[in-house]
Amino acid sequence: MRLYWEVLRRGFRRYSTYRAATLAGLFTNTVFGFLKAYILLAVYEQRDVVGGFDATDAVTFSFVTQGFFVMLGAGHLELADRIQSGDVVTDLYRPVDLQAWWLAQDLGRIAFQVALRGCVPFLVGSLVFDLDITSDPALIAAFALSALLGIVVSFGHRFLVTLTTFWLLDYRGTSQVATVVTMFFSGMILPIGFFPDWLEALARALPYAAMLQLPVEVLLGKHTGSDLLALLGVQVLWAVLLLAGGRVLLSAASRKLVIQGG
Amino acid sequence: MTAVIELDRVSKDFVVMRKKGRLRRERMTVAAVDDISLRIDTGELVGYIGPNGAGKSTTIKMLTGILVPSSGTVRVVGLDPQRRRVELASRIGVVFGQRTQLWWDLPLIDSFDLLRHVYRVPADRHRANLRRFVDLLELEPFLHSPVRQLSLGQRMRGDLCAALLHDPAILYLDEPTIGLDVVSKARVREFLAQVNRDEGVTILLTTHDLSDVERLCSRLVVIDHGHVIHDGTVAEIKTMFGDTRTVVVDLEEAGPSLVVPGAEVVEVDGPRQWLRFRRSEVTAAEVIAAVVGQARVRDLSIEEPDIEDVVTRIYTSG
Repeated sequence: MRLYWEVLRRGFRRYSTYRAATLAGLFTNTVFGFLKAYILLAVYEQRDVVGGFDATDAVTFSFVTQGFFVMLGAGHLELADRIQSGDVVTDLYRPVDLQAWWLAQDLGRIAFQVALRGCVPFLVGSLVFDLDITSDPALIAAFALSALLGIVVSFGHRFLVTLTTFWLLDYRGTSQVATVVTMFFSGMILPIGFFPDWLEALARALPYAAMLQLPVEVLLGKHTGSDLLALLGVQVLWAVLLLAGGRVLLSAASRKLVIQGG
Repeated sequence: MTAVIELDRVSKDFVVMRKKGRLRRERMTVAAVDDISLRIDTGELVGYIGPNGAGKSTTIKMLTGILVPSSGTVRVVGLDPQRRRVELASRIGVVFGQRTQLWWDLPLIDSFDLLRHVYRVPADRHRANLRRFVDLLELEPFLHSPVRQLSLGQRMRGDLCAALLHDPAILYLDEPTIGLDVVSKARVREFLAQVNRDEGVTILLTTHDLSDVERLCSRLVVIDHGHVIHDGTVAEIKTMFGDTRTVVVDLEEAGPSLVVPGAEVVEVDGPRQWLRFRRSEVTAAEVIAAVVGQARVRDLSIEEPDIEDVVTRIYTSG
């Protein structure tokens, strides 16, 4: 465990070295927060409530999800580059668990991002708009847990996408598809309550909602009691399924490597 | 002497698909390593050379457990590498000249600290090792610089330190001096010799730089097309394949090629001529006597083949 904590710390430190990139990302995220907020507000000129969200919910959603944007990451992990270049061989020599190693590094990256990019768009947005999140401390705590689970689900998904590099030898295609699908079904582009019923039902049945839509709904105070527990249960289920799938695929990948060579 | 690395009749086949006609493909089996037996004892420093595609990397991958041999047995420090890969990992260090295990964005020292946790090295042991290697490799001036700012030579020294911090019994080096300047090369070689001599680390070195082998290795294993074609000392290989000598003569004035029985003029450059002969057929004294009998000689010297020539001849004759 100590090892993975050390990896997490280094993940944090690594990303803290890119100051200019962080500031540029911060600026972009905030601008897009405003863009999304104004587009959604145009919808609320016509209707008071869409998919269970009122105008304040929708604007709050816009800024919170912008903060989340970076946590979803690209469609793949940096590991994909290492697989493509063959550097992954040096990772396999070490007595470490590759999945745990990269999860720790991703959590470190996100821990750094959350501190800045998670909060600043929200704070700037709150200067202009009336943003409203739950004030119940128990729900805030539930949100923290739900957000963490969302990050693990997102990692589990990206790890799977990354491992396809072992077979396809190039990750750009799968990564791009994964990014678009994730953005769409996670609620990043539009709250999934805005979708037609059948599409919303589909989105809720996929793991993507567990990455973003569900944690933000918790923050907006949309779920309480057994409803909230069920939501967290769904997230845990996806996290376990995707991580287990990652392990199966990883052992298949190393078997392929062992049998067929680099 | 106890063997740390044993390969017994090891082969490794790869299946490749070859296009045959428009849609049909044919499965072809290619032997990357073909029936190699090799034994390396504790404390040896062995050069493992061969042309590109000869099977060097495949051998190294089998020795680390990343590849399973198609037939034969491999034992490293008594372990089956593929079955006990994790256990073996803490007994070996690996450096690839073209890859790095250091964290690109972080200070060098950060990668070293992390390795303590990767290999669960006790803190005092780690500290002592780190101090020793930092001194030997002169890492101190850039220990706190991010790895991306290091020169290739500095990074390579960092990677060497990283590979040795957990006290491995064996060090595999894949082209550790590739791309380094003369000074950096010398420093890396000096360090390897020292680690081998003082710490008793067994070193297996693959390289295309034969001066590495000549300066460092007591033993040289040459493979080609998956076969071991030579296993012995550097001196032995020179006598075996390096039978030729060249007499270089500077004549008083330029003239036609000399005619010397048993020797052949391989180059003429004005008054200077190069005569190659086989030691087994004629002696240097006889060649020189014949030259002196035909022309006035101002200066002469005898050249031994360097290992580069020897190996080129082995590769091309194979």
